[in-house]
Amino acid sequence: MTVYTAPGQPGSIVEYRSRYDHWIGGEYVPPASGEYFENPTPVTGQTFCEVARGNAEDVERALDAAHGAAPAWGRTSVTERANILNAIADRIEANVEKIAVAESWENGKAVRETLGADIPLAVDHFRYFAGAIRAQEGSISEIDGDTIAYHFHEPLGVVGQIIPWNFPILMAVWKLAPALAAGNAVVLKPAEQTPASILYLMDIIGDLLPPGVVNVVNGFGVEAGKPLASSSRIRKIAFTGETTTGRLIMQYASANIIPVTLELGGKSPNVFFSDVASAQDDFYDKALEGFTMFAFNQGEVCTCPSRALIQSDIYDQFLGDALKRTEAAVQGNPLDTETMIGAQASNDQLEKILSYIDIGQAEGAKVLTGGQRADLGGDLSGGFYVQPTIFEGKNSMRIFQEEIFGPVVSVTDFADYDDAIKIANDTLYGLGAGVWTRNGTTAYRAGRDIEAGRVWTNCYHAYPAAAAFGGYKGSGVGRENHKMMLDHYQQTKNLLVSYSGVRDGFF
Amino acid sequence: MTDAGGPDGPARVAVTDAAAELLARLRRRHGELMFHQSGGCCDGSSPMCYPAGDFLTSDADVHLGDLALSDGEDLFTVPVWMSRAQFEYWSHTHLTIDVVPGRGAGFSVEAPEGVRFLIRSRMLTDAELTALGR
Repeated sequence: MTVYTAPGQPGSIVEYRSRYDHWIGGEYVPPASGEYFENPTPVTGQTFCEVARGNAEDVERALDAAHGAAPAWGRTSVTERANILNAIADRIEANVEKIAVAESWENGKAVRETLGADIPLAVDHFRYFAGAIRAQEGSISEIDGDTIAYHFHEPLGVVGQIIPWNFPILMAVWKLAPALAAGNAVVLKPAEQTPASILYLMDIIGDLLPPGVVNVVNGFGVEAGKPLASSSRIRKIAFTGETTTGRLIMQYASANIIPVTLELGGKSPNVFFSDVASAQDDFYDKALEGFTMFAFNQGEVCTCPSRALIQSDIYDQFLGDALKRTEAAVQGNPLDTETMIGAQASNDQLEKILSYIDIGQAEGAKVLTGGQRADLGGDLSGGFYVQPTIFEGKNSMRIFQEEIFGPVVSVTDFADYDDAIKIANDTLYGLGAGVWTRNGTTAYRAGRDIEAGRVWTNCYHAYPAAAAFGGYKGSGVGRENHKMMLDHYQQTKNLLVSYSGVRDGFF
Repeated sequence: MTDAGGPDGPARVAVTDAAAELLARLRRRHGELMFHQSGGCCDGSSPMCYPAGDFLTSDADVHLGDLALSDGEDLFTVPVWMSRAQFEYWSHTHLTIDVVPGRGAGFSVEAPEGVRFLIRSRMLTDAELTALGR
């Protein structure tokens, strides 16, 4: 067991700067307005640094730097780019502990997750795309004996990326690694809730990239995100966030005729078939952990398994055991490696979760455990903590239909296979889903019948590179985490070549 | 609290005094305003406030009502929208737009003020639902 010293305290392995400017052209550049905003840690609610408040002028400067860097970067050999991505991975790996503690402090998530998932996955992601770009090949179509179509991959040029706050570093890396591998220069706008940890990372890896290839502009969505998303100087925009902003970004992209990739959240069903409980063995234990995954990252995951569907004949037993497992989860100081559930990322997030707990009860759903803000005492009293909460209700209730983005699961039962699929698909979203069964046929059929981009089968919340991740229905457009994502960051150049010396005969 | 009800029947949306006061202030800076209720993900399930017309509504949206507000003597309205598909799951609830301290996101205009619009909900009564034709 380790309790990391809070950044800013004597003996901490993390030293945040007291103030962060924009990262533009390989150096820190003060904001055009001269203004900064305060950045509090959700662990205690106290401000720990201030961050440049970017505006359209800052975005233009970042775009200038990116356009300056893009042509040369796009012409580097794939070997060179892959070597740089591997060097970035090595550098992060050598600093995992520091980066993990820094991210935990800014986001409020338990350090056991940043140490065990977020940062190691970021390392692996750079390595995956380093390998993928080396192995990527163009293609040739032989149209006829004298006519050949050659297909080359070319970078798009300068792209914009807007990053969410729930995994400030990993979500940035999911977008950066393929964009850089494909030879693009990037202007990246972190979430205003978590503006500093990506800059903490840039302090560690920034020297490995040519200046201007990655530029980070912080600020509020309306002041910095909007000028980036609506700029005519980007060739693509990637966004992770919610549906209304997603639509707005598509709207801006339509004005500039550029592609978008969107990851817009979900209301993921986690389906437990009867045979899960046919033995009290390791698999049953794993399924109970799978249920409890709703509290992973405090529920602040687009794929949070926030609807648990349990077959009627095992409902009482399974839910009873799941309740015990949930109540055994340790909530506490995020910097303590024993802590399983940390703080929500911001005060407004906390307020929103509590408002959903209210509406859930008003709709007649029953709180089986939790249901309140958690006061952890001492310095942590000022932090944003919510008890892991289990609701029992019906799928038509709003708590079954809306993404709460907190450690809240809504549980209902189902009669048979068809009922399970009907309930699972009765949602606007289709990002993730879980299926738990010992029967291979049921697992396969359910996995295919559920309308979601990712169906975890007898597992949940694994995010390895090489497994495509993205949404059906209202959950977005495009896929991340897979080499197919290179296509989202590349143009196709076709050379259609005639080797014939004979005229066509039209004129 | 100001309810958006009128001669056409009971209101689906309302706004708290604190949110009404903030809207008057935001309107002085951004001009006429609109809300679109978001679904999904990090900053979602929140009312997003934009300069009027910035977000293009369509047949895919439902107009829930107009908040009738004032800035001193100056009367103005703020329309509230939601996607039609989302409305199917929300139609049995009455929504009140409130404001809380926080760090907004998305492109909603209140974020730089250090506050965040928030939806509070209650069940519509049977009488209200009947009057609304549901």
